[in-house]
Amino acid sequence: MPLSKDYFSLFGLPVSYDVNRRELDAAFRALQQRYHPDRAATGSDAQVREAVQQAAFINQAYSALKSPLARAQYLLELAGVEADYESQVTRDGLFLMEQIALRERMEELFEHPHPFDELEQLRSSVEVKFVECEESFTQAHTDEDFQRAVDAVAKLQFFAKLLDQLDELEQDLEDR
Amino acid sequence: MAALLQISEPGLSPEPHQRKRAVGIDLGTTNSLVATVRSGTSTILNDEQGRALLPSALHYDKQGLSCVGYEALEHDLSDPLNTLTSVKRFMGRGLEDVALFGEQLPYQFAAGGESGMPKFATAAGAISPVQASAELLASLERRAQLALGGDLDGAVITVPAYFDDAQRQATKDAAMLAGLKVLRLLNEPTAAAIAYGLDSAGEGTIAVYDLGGGTFDISILRLTRGVFEVLASGGDSALGGDDFDRAVAEWLREQCQIGSDMTPQVQRQLLAAAKSAKQQLSEDEGTTVKVGEQSVELDRAQLAELIDPLVAKTLRSCRRSLADAGVKVDDVDNVILVGGSTRALRVREKVAEYFSKEPLCHLDPDEVVALGAALQADVLIGNKSGDDMLLLDVIPLSLGIETMGGLVEKIIHRNTTIPVAKAQEFTTFKDGQTALAVHVVQGERELVSDCRSLARFELRGIPPMTAGSAKIRVTYQVDADGLLSVAAREITSGVEARIEVKPSYGLEESEVTRMLQESFSHARDDMAARALREQQVEADRIIEDIRAAIDADGEALLDASELECLVKSLDELKQLRDTTTEHRQLARKIESVAKGSESFAARRMDAAVKKALSGQTLDQLEGEL
Repeated sequence: MPLSKDYFSLFGLPVSYDVNRRELDAAFRALQQRYHPDRAATGSDAQVREAVQQAAFINQAYSALKSPLARAQYLLELAGVEADYESQVTRDGLFLMEQIALRERMEELFEHPHPFDELEQLRSSVEVKFVECEESFTQAHTDEDFQRAVDAVAKLQFFAKLLDQLDELEQDLEDR
Repeated sequence: MAALLQISEPGLSPEPHQRKRAVGIDLGTTNSLVATVRSGTSTILNDEQGRALLPSALHYDKQGLSCVGYEALEHDLSDPLNTLTSVKRFMGRGLEDVALFGEQLPYQFAAGGESGMPKFATAAGAISPVQASAELLASLERRAQLALGGDLDGAVITVPAYFDDAQRQATKDAAMLAGLKVLRLLNEPTAAAIAYGLDSAGEGTIAVYDLGGGTFDISILRLTRGVFEVLASGGDSALGGDDFDRAVAEWLREQCQIGSDMTPQVQRQLLAAAKSAKQQLSEDEGTTVKVGEQSVELDRAQLAELIDPLVAKTLRSCRRSLADAGVKVDDVDNVILVGGSTRALRVREKVAEYFSKEPLCHLDPDEVVALGAALQADVLIGNKSGDDMLLLDVIPLSLGIETMGGLVEKIIHRNTTIPVAKAQEFTTFKDGQTALAVHVVQGERELVSDCRSLARFELRGIPPMTAGSAKIRVTYQVDADGLLSVAAREITSGVEARIEVKPSYGLEESEVTRMLQESFSHARDDMAARALREQQVEADRIIEDIRAAIDADGEALLDASELECLVKSLDELKQLRDTTTEHRQLARKIESVAKGSESFAARRMDAAVKKALSGQTLDQLEGEL
């Protein structure tokens, strides 16, 4: 159901990794105000069905642009780049070492004398790396150096997963 | 923006001054309520004796349903087997689930039909939870008809946020059986937020803490310019005020040195004493509990000690939902309390402490859900100008598909905003495989056996290919009520199968038809005629809509053969509409015409959106909305 080829233009935004979140949110709300099935609640089944599809498309577009990782992946998709992110990363030896070190620190959290401080440190260092990857993605994307862009997305993907795991670990720590 | 309006006709309000009768219904486990909006204010509709609550209780005798509500409760002790209470707990459940409730149930169950749904054996025969709920809804409907002076045009019915697809479907079936037009199934915490949000005209982040008798729900919402966006919802479907009572009862038992092998009578006595002591302590610092001959002193500090571990569990759920929502506890602007169990002072204290702010509770926690549902009903029916309020809810539990080895692949993750459609591609496992089984499940766990099974169907007729070369696209679509439909399609051959998820525990089509015939008194005779009439109206509408669309954009957006094909299908529909007496046949044809015009509609929306958004700033856009 390709209602629009491009999520950015759906929200009236320029095709770019830098998205003004306030503008995105406002455009999202404006579109949903108009197309949401609630606006068709007393309409015919066909109208409701159409509204459901439109609203679902808008939601999909919003969630793709809202998340930094999904947005980067979508930009590559728009550029016609097909990538296997995992095999891309494993060739970067330095990155691999770094990744192993981070994982080890996470595994030792439960034995750490100050686990919450350690968790915060881990989180902020991952966040710094995430931002670095975002910058190199933006640069590579602007330069149309898609090989580097794919590499940056693969790393973003890894750091996003790490951040999720840190959230889970925090909950486990609090619950224990 | 004429182009946009042309497409979204459903958004147009009905003629001014023509108010429609719309209600919000809180179909509760213990009590149910109905509310409506009168002169801009949401109001509970009382019964003729001036009572707001309808106890969710029904009594049956040989002639059938004898009474509901307070009157039915009077039979609870004298005729327990024919008096049904708490039927909501059985909605959308199978016999095997009911067995897992793990406590003595005061009912006898009759073997379910082919659907495997439990039925209560009563003097009036086997009654399903859906039928019983339909009677409660019908009773509230009559109350509203009396108060509003005529038939209802539509209703919003609330469900707990944690309700899965089967439970939602069962609730919708009950409404259909009662002859209600359901405008929306609305999550209870969201309804409460609406009641408070519009009441306090607040903007910002809202946490709704909903503690009922047997369940706990937490929802995190954001309210911006009339748009309620649910960011996350979670909770514990097996934790509630009843657990407080059990904890207190257990303490009383120890204090009175009663053995744990007590009789059910003593057990019930202890529970009743615990419950009333708990309620007393919301008023007084201490209370004397009488258990048989003995007296025990219970004060607030002791009560706090007993229930704190349970409250702490609810706060852990809050933390999880805040994390899911990506919101810090300090970012929460307002906390709303819902559910009778939030009357306990200790709960209020702990919630206030956790969020570092006093929770809002000036609306009656028993009424707030129905009040919010009525506001939503008023908007949906078109009594308010459309762009006042919009609700964007999420799906509470992930939806997945069974893959090799009994594992679950999640297709739609929990807390995804609905409506939503997601597709994923799968392939065949064996050479020459011509069919693929699709097993739809709901839940957060990795193993199929730990999730709820919603539906199974097969995609057949896949052309034989080598393993791994077929491309099967499975699409999950969840509508604004949170109900799922699934389609599977083999891409190279175009073979397709789809299913509206009628869960294994829901009603079979034949069962619905039979129940409609049996118990649907006021429309028994003209059911078929009415259904046919509805489909004819629907056919006229779709023919008109598509013809207008063709006139406007047909030449620009369709090639000659597409146009010819669409026009031909419209002619066929028109002919069938004028000749058939079979409403289902007509409905199928409408469906196929609607499907056939989907891509045209998509192109029109695409074109319209581009046209509408080009060259406008956002502020202009919002100004117009």
